[in-house]
Amino acid sequence: MLDCKHNTELLSQSYDRPITLRERIAMRMHLLMCRGCRNFEKQLAFIRKATRELPRKL
Amino acid sequence: MSDIIPDALHEHRSYLIRYAMLQLRDPDLAEDVVQETLVAAIEGRAKFSAQSAPRTWLVGILKHKIMDLLRKRAREPQLDVAEGEDENELVDALFKQNGHWADPPRTWNAPEQSLENAHFWNVFEQCNQRMPLNTARAFMMREFMDMSTDEICQELGISTTNCWVILHRARLALRECLDLNWFGNAR
Ligand SMILES: [Zn+2]
Repeated sequence: MLDCKHNTELLSQSYDRPITLRERIAMRMHLLMCRGCRNFEKQLAFIRKATRELPRKL
Repeated sequence: MSDIIPDALHEHRSYLIRYAMLQLRDPDLAEDVVQETLVAAIEGRAKFSAQSAPRTWLVGILKHKIMDLLRKRAREPQLDVAEGEDENELVDALFKQNGHWADPPRTWNAPEQSLENAHFWNVFEQCNQRMPLNTARAFMMREFMDMSTDEICQELGISTTNCWVILHRARLALRECLDLNWFGNAR
């Protein structure tokens, strides 16, 4: 079973490399049960969006 | 307009400086790359196509100049060991021994609205500034300059795994900083 520390690593890496099916399933399973990681997942998406908008906000 | 005049280029100077500062975080280096960019732009303005906006075109040149600089620097040994240790402390503080969150992330209230708020962007820039230099550089190469992880590893002369670790730490640090200083989840 994936713990939060490794789950956040995978969530982060999903932005940097293709994630395997097995990894994706493990993440989904964890996210179903973990509210903290669900918040983290949304916040990562927000951080990416914000950083990519940064050039327009300078 | 294939002959934009030098004056028009200089209008974009302060923007380019801020752009370069985010990636390089060194006023002298930022000044240098922007100067080189403007010179290259003036020399190459015949090649400027009317299809793109002058700023987009200038940022394109600037990105190349920044890359050249980072490439040169990557060859010089300068990796700070202490920096890596600091970053491990962050991960250790965020997670318990058993791998669970020490303090699970709470919901962020109306994050989309923050993007329209000028204060948010100040906090965001400050949070970026607070990251250790090499972490911030890798993160900005990935998210701001939109380089692939492979390109970043190559440019920084580090392994792919190391690259993922650095990018992850950057995101953890940024999330923590925004959580505390913008979304008001101070503990
Ligand atoms: Zn979790």
